[in-house]
Amino acid sequence: MNKATPWVEIFRKMALLKLNDERMRTVIKSGRLTMPYYSTRGQEVIPAAVSVCLRPEDYICTIYRGTHDSLAKGLPVKLLWAELAGRVTGTCKGKGGPMHITHPASGVMVTTGIVGSTMPIANGLAWASQLSGDGRVTVAYFGDGASNIGAFHEALNLASVWKLPVVFVCANNQYAEHTRYAVGTSIDRISRRAEAYSMPGITVDGNEPSEMYAAAATAIDRARAGSGPTLIEALTFRFFGHVFGDDDSYMAPGELAARMNEDPYPRFRQWLVSARHASEDELTAIEEAYSREIDEAVAFAIESPFPEESEIFRDVYAEALGGSIENQVMGSSDE
Amino acid sequence: MLQAINFALHDAMTEDSKVLVLGEDVGDDEGGGIIGVTRGLTRAFGPKRVRSTPIAEQAIVGAAIGSALCGYRPVAEIMLMNFTTVAMDMIVNHAAKLRFMSGGQTSVPITIRTMTGAGMSNGGQHSDFLEGWFAHTAGLKVVIPSNAADAYGLLRSCIRDPDPCLFVETLPLYWVSGQTIERGGSIPLGKARIAQSGTDVTVASYGRQVNDAVAVARRLSAEGISIEVLDMRTLSPLDTTALIESARKTRRVIVAHEAVQRFGPGAEIAAVIHEALFDRLLAPVRRVGAPFSPVPFSKPLETAYLPGERQIESAVREILKRSGKGA
Repeated sequence: MNKATPWVEIFRKMALLKLNDERMRTVIKSGRLTMPYYSTRGQEVIPAAVSVCLRPEDYICTIYRGTHDSLAKGLPVKLLWAELAGRVTGTCKGKGGPMHITHPASGVMVTTGIVGSTMPIANGLAWASQLSGDGRVTVAYFGDGASNIGAFHEALNLASVWKLPVVFVCANNQYAEHTRYAVGTSIDRISRRAEAYSMPGITVDGNEPSEMYAAAATAIDRARAGSGPTLIEALTFRFFGHVFGDDDSYMAPGELAARMNEDPYPRFRQWLVSARHASEDELTAIEEAYSREIDEAVAFAIESPFPEESEIFRDVYAEALGGSIENQVMGSSDE
Repeated sequence: MLQAINFALHDAMTEDSKVLVLGEDVGDDEGGGIIGVTRGLTRAFGPKRVRSTPIAEQAIVGAAIGSALCGYRPVAEIMLMNFTTVAMDMIVNHAAKLRFMSGGQTSVPITIRTMTGAGMSNGGQHSDFLEGWFAHTAGLKVVIPSNAADAYGLLRSCIRDPDPCLFVETLPLYWVSGQTIERGGSIPLGKARIAQSGTDVTVASYGRQVNDAVAVARRLSAEGISIEVLDMRTLSPLDTTALIESARKTRRVIVAHEAVQRFGPGAEIAAVIHEALFDRLLAPVRRVGAPFSPVPFSKPLETAYLPGERQIESAVREILKRSGKGA
């Protein structure tokens, strides 16, 4: 990646994330796959801009609304789709699903379905890097709702006291599930909470690649240099509610339409062409290549076999448990 | 037992540079633990590997999990077992499940040390045995030693184990003296120990009640009652083979533990035995556990609450009476 002009690289990731999200919604709607899906549409800029600042060996921890974070980090599309389809060829042999994508080879260490739980574990990954001196940085992704949970405060305090190489990236999409930001949050800017933990805190327009990129680059460089953690609050909006298919009556009338009108994707695409960073044809070629890759990934996923029933007893512990569904023996030995 | 645990930590850290210790007050500047279990570790291994933490149990277990995902072997101290409740999300949703949910790509080889036990006038929030919750969680191992030698050997195994282990230390056992500790060895997890051989009744137990059962066995042998005491050592994995073998021999089984009896580990152990040997038993399995109540403060109440020799002896006499052996 050419750090001087990251824009096309950021667009490339945004294109993958947007197209992938669109395909997921189509496939779910068609009934070909069934899963709870927390759409990431509208929030692509954040992980795209963060990820161009990361090295392949860096770590991320992300949340249930996190397929975009993982793909941007380098998770292979095919493995994601096979996992979403519950197939044995998926990242986690189909045993994790959309809320638990894990792929250490891409640096995707934990995806959690529990709001607020990425930060304490990200600290541990960063602590390991601090101890071993491997130079890695860890990014913890989470939402605005998670900043009201105790784990957020415990983790930021510890990261600051231990000066850990970690970056806390809060996607503030204005709603904690169905509850509007101000109803549940005591402060106008989540980034101001950083002050309480003696670390830099910055609020940026998370739909604006240049702002997001500048904040991420500064924070990641700072972490890598051993100067400690940063809290980034990235303002954004999710276009398809909390869980895909839910009722959006909790939103103000017209709010969603207004925000969708400001979709960062076409805006950035247009800017790239007008500022001559790329031609229309080049961007179309990027999109078409990803569409094909996603086609192949969906086909691969659906054609792949489901895991054997015995997988229920595997990976619970390092050593496989004895037993079967009919006759569970959970002790140390069969009788 | 205090010394045994200190030796185990010391020896594990000497043997493997990936072993870390973290928790509230664990560093030597903070006294080496609130009662000195980790004393001397900072001096021996430095403040990078022995880190005192804020009072923040989620942050402690989270840091342990993350470092373990990268190949370290952290031993996290959660000072008292009741404080594990603050970190249940990290322990139950994350440490226990990451191996499975990642399809075996990641593992969480952490040990969580925690102490507890009634009898110290600590009241309702500093005394509970909550091991049943953790033994109910697939992916965790639960270890509860009854003596110093076992504490050393079992803790060494927990630290080497590829899975998350909860190591429960019974507070009043720290100061039991006169036990020899053999340094360097280890005891496999999931293997029970016959603490006392016998033929009439099996008392299956773990932790402090093993010692109570042995005392009862010695006393009642004068009356011609032969009690076998089985120290389970680990609750998860549970040594069902040893349990069933002993039950097949004595045909009368009592389960004794300090945890509240209702929905306690004794119910699971009783079920294992009934499922395997229902028609061979001379009497139903009896349970000895704490009353369905928080641990009380007032000394006479706390003493009455704690299951011990009195309750075990009376269970032995009742099971013998019921099955037609004089008592």
